Amino acid sequence: MANFFTSSIGKKLMMALAGLFLSIFLLVHLGLNSLLVIFDSTDKFNIAAHFMGTNILIKIFEVVLFGGFLLHIIYGIIVQIYNWIARPVSYKVSNNAQSSFFSKYMIHTAAIIFAFLVIHLSDFYFKAKFFGGVEEISIHGKEMHNLGALVIAKFQMSGFVIFYVLSILFLGFHLLHGFQSAFQTLGLNHKTYTPIIYGAGIIFSIIVVVGYSLIPILIYFIR
Amino acid sequence: MDLKLKIWRQKNQNTKGKFVTYPVSNISKDSSFLEMMDVLNESLIAKDEEPIAFDHDCREGICGCCSLYINGRPHGPDEKITVCQLHMRKFKDGETVVIEPWRARPFPVIKDLIVDRTAFDKIITEGGYISVNTGNAADASVIPISKEDADLSFDAAACIGCGACVAACKNASAMLFVSAKISQFALLPQGRIEAKQRVDSMISKMDELGFGSCTNTGACEAECPKGITLTNIARLNREFIKAKVG
Repeated sequence: MANFFTSSIGKKLMMALAGLFLSIFLLVHLGLNSLLVIFDSTDKFNIAAHFMGTNILIKIFEVVLFGGFLLHIIYGIIVQIYNWIARPVSYKVSNNAQSSFFSKYMIHTAAIIFAFLVIHLSDFYFKAKFFGGVEEISIHGKEMHNLGALVIAKFQMSGFVIFYVLSILFLGFHLLHGFQSAFQTLGLNHKTYTPIIYGAGIIFSIIVVVGYSLIPILIYFIR
Repeated sequence: MDLKLKIWRQKNQNTKGKFVTYPVSNISKDSSFLEMMDVLNESLIAKDEEPIAFDHDCREGICGCCSLYINGRPHGPDEKITVCQLHMRKFKDGETVVIEPWRARPFPVIKDLIVDRTAFDKIITEGGYISVNTGNAADASVIPISKEDADLSFDAAACIGCGACVAACKNASAMLFVSAKISQFALLPQGRIEAKQRVDSMISKMDELGFGSCTNTGACEAECPKGITLTNIARLNREFIKAKVG
């Protein structure tokens, strides 16, 4: 009997589900970020960030979200290690032009995204939650972190903007294969719908890359 | 035509192998790759040297024995063929051709270019069949089957178990092979009876033997000599979910 959670297909299924869940989170996060460039004042962004940080339902969801990250990362590493072990002697000549380009570099793009995630979390999330040092601001009589000012200050540094945009580009490469791959792993393959899923994956990756990159670039040049 | 061959030589499973270069000349561009190998072996035997061991049997593309990884591709530089169907006209005069055995932990090298593919047989033993009591063969028209399902099942059954999918996959995954063996039964009513147990046991064995997992790169599909498609892997994933959750 194959155990669902330890079998190769089971591990991939968990990764696929977690990956799609994280993709939804990317859109939510992008929506919140966009408040910084849609409105002149950072108040709307700060109110939204305060809501996300204090609402009880969101807080419960936050745990689920971190669970999703952990599941995707840990299973990803385990699967990759088994895959390396499966070919102990490599080929002298390997012409793998036959397979899709970004699918071959998922663990590499993943490593870059993970490094970005750690830096990104310690710059904003952990700083607000644990490290302290984020200014307070009073909006409509409510005291809250002035995360908007923190983000804008960070994006005044050209090096930080370049690092941020490059990291997002690698996230886009990861999604380009990951999005449609998740559906295949879930067994969702269909003559008519699979090409649509492929197209949706490309559009989704472009939205994420352009959306997340445009915000720091706009802040850098306009604010 | 003249060629320079870089061939993997390995005495047995326990010794370390190495590449040895052999020049071959006067090869007809109309000969098959295996005939070229025969010419080389004849010359080695004439010189009292050990001929190169390579797997081959039917030489008409249906047995799946010829397992050479040529210039970075299983079965060499052509689409939907086995090595015996590969012609020398696919190469340029004076070209260097690198010939390696399949590389995967579950496929250990026995000698030179021959690997042990017993792992595939072990997976089949776990459920790659249907259990039918003996007796007279039933009339084929007794159980109606839709044309579409019958065709898909037949396409899956075209798998010759050569292992090119494992050789091509960056993870040495056997998912395309297993998916074909699962699909040929999953699509037919006769195969549904043992469907859950079949997928469970075969996947369990596949993992135990040390094949990698599928990361949907599509290299297997591109190199399969019989055109087995990734849709079979999606079907295998569905069968696994059904067996575990349904």
